[in-house]
Amino acid sequence: MTDLAISSSGLTKRFRSGQVAVNAIDLAVPTGAVYGFLGPNGSGKTTTIRLLLGLIRPTAGDHSLLGGPMPREAAQVLPRVGAIVEGPAFHPYLSGLDNLRRLDAADRTVDARTASARIGAALDRVGLRAAADKRYHHYSLGMRQRLAIAAALLRPRDLLLLDEPTNGLDPQGTREVRALLLELAQAGSTVLLSTHLLSEVEQICTHVGVMHLGRLVAQAPLPELRARTAPRGAVRTPDPDGATRVMTGLGLTEVAAVGDLVTGVLNGVVPETLVAALVHGDVPVRGFEVLAGNLEEMFVELTGEGFDVSG
Amino acid sequence: MSAAEVAPAGQGVPAQARRQVPARFFRSELLLIFGRRRNWVGGLILISVPVILAIAVRASPPSGGESAPFLDRITGNGLFVALAALVLEMPLFLPIAVAAIAGDSLAGEANLGTLRYLLAVPVDRARLVLVKLGGIVVFTVAATFLVAGVGALLGLALFGGGPLVTLSGSTVPFGEGAGRLLLICGYVALCMVALGAIGLFISSLTEQPIAATTATLIVALASQIMDQIPQLSAIGPYLPTHHWLAFGDLLRDPIGYDGVRPGAASALVYLAVFGTAAWARFAGRDVGS
Repeated sequence: MTDLAISSSGLTKRFRSGQVAVNAIDLAVPTGAVYGFLGPNGSGKTTTIRLLLGLIRPTAGDHSLLGGPMPREAAQVLPRVGAIVEGPAFHPYLSGLDNLRRLDAADRTVDARTASARIGAALDRVGLRAAADKRYHHYSLGMRQRLAIAAALLRPRDLLLLDEPTNGLDPQGTREVRALLLELAQAGSTVLLSTHLLSEVEQICTHVGVMHLGRLVAQAPLPELRARTAPRGAVRTPDPDGATRVMTGLGLTEVAAVGDLVTGVLNGVVPETLVAALVHGDVPVRGFEVLAGNLEEMFVELTGEGFDVSG
Repeated sequence: MSAAEVAPAGQGVPAQARRQVPARFFRSELLLIFGRRRNWVGGLILISVPVILAIAVRASPPSGGESAPFLDRITGNGLFVALAALVLEMPLFLPIAVAAIAGDSLAGEANLGTLRYLLAVPVDRARLVLVKLGGIVVFTVAATFLVAGVGALLGLALFGGGPLVTLSGSTVPFGEGAGRLLLICGYVALCMVALGAIGLFISSLTEQPIAATTATLIVALASQIMDQIPQLSAIGPYLPTHHWLAFGDLLRDPIGYDGVRPGAASALVYLAVFGTAAWARFAGRDVGS
């Protein structure tokens, strides 16, 4: 038995076009984790989820879900895995309820007699009971997303692979879904949450993996990853020039002044030393703060500043 | 609320419930086909042929000379409305209906994206191909019997029944005549199922249901055209449509099998080959939709 809900080694997908969408990634998602799977658009997140589910076959490497090697044990493992892959997809001329019935009917490991109870419970969990009999065609994007989450929760799952589950939801819905994910995690499910919303990751994730150009460029528990970003000292002062001089003199690097705010990488200089030096240098200090572990900065550092999607 | 409260896990399912589940997914597939308005409209178009035929013959009975097969026999026995309708619909209308369903089978799910969710359930790929083929078979049989059933009922109502004059000139009792009609429906359905298997295979190649439907229809039409070209007579017997109209044999006395036996064999071979090809193609395909 392994304590990894998802593990892969050298998992690679090269498309026929020659593009390497996923390049030798070694995922390690501990059981019980809420794993934030980050990366710019086109960095290979969705292709990775497709590989994990066995929808596409890897060019190289292998992986296992819940301790079962895939795709060999797909029939045993996948019923315990709920998934959203690349957004919701349902039959437009069937109602939400009938769509869920179809997916439930396709699962040969569930008890047909409990189907209505399970489907009803899943609809309640995502707040979609009232619209269950409407045709999917008439659903808003948020309702479609909720239905996809309901489909992933048709039965208890040990692992959830969720590709941008809050995409298209209103702020209220986003909060509800985050609360639901935390609830599921507390009940023992492992969650892999693919997203590009850093605030989402900061709020609910315990672990983070960052994809860039098909590679897994970082993977660690969130606090550990935060600690990697160099802490910066930030001084609010009416004399930015003076502060810049003192800070540079102390050995801070990347010192930059924006209005009355001067920041610089501390490089081991303890905050009290810096404040004392400022005061001794007759620089008036109105406020002082240590900025540590900015996830956004780390993300940009790992994946580049460019606005373009990964090719 | 913990995940465990929602429902018992799969491990506790009694064996009895497990056995009934494959049928559950198949029922869901039938619901998908027969619950779709588009397919009901298609059904209406299919039954329009026997309806128009019966009314037209009733209004102005044919007076000998050239006419569509069986048309001149309708006034003698209403069952011939069903037979004439099948002859008229076999080249185009029935193939369109079958191509629409078969082309949509896998490509439609791929196009909507529902395919990835079915496979993630998981639905075994071989099982999915089998369920889709089953849906095509049920639809095809239903469409054939719909045309023949409406034709027979309307024909009997307008022209009456009674003994049926066979193509050999002899007369068989009404019961046997109706039995012959059922046999013909079975043969027609089998021929159409073979086309459906070709459509299923084409549907496994693409994510565009319209393209799969069109391609299937082109196969049916091209095969009929090639069958008309004398220079291609060497390959004629191997074309999927070659034996389609051989069902007249079943109206002879005694029943002739020279056309329907190779026809049935050909349909079964096409069904087996293209059903297997669809599975082979689909089992190894990357689902990127």
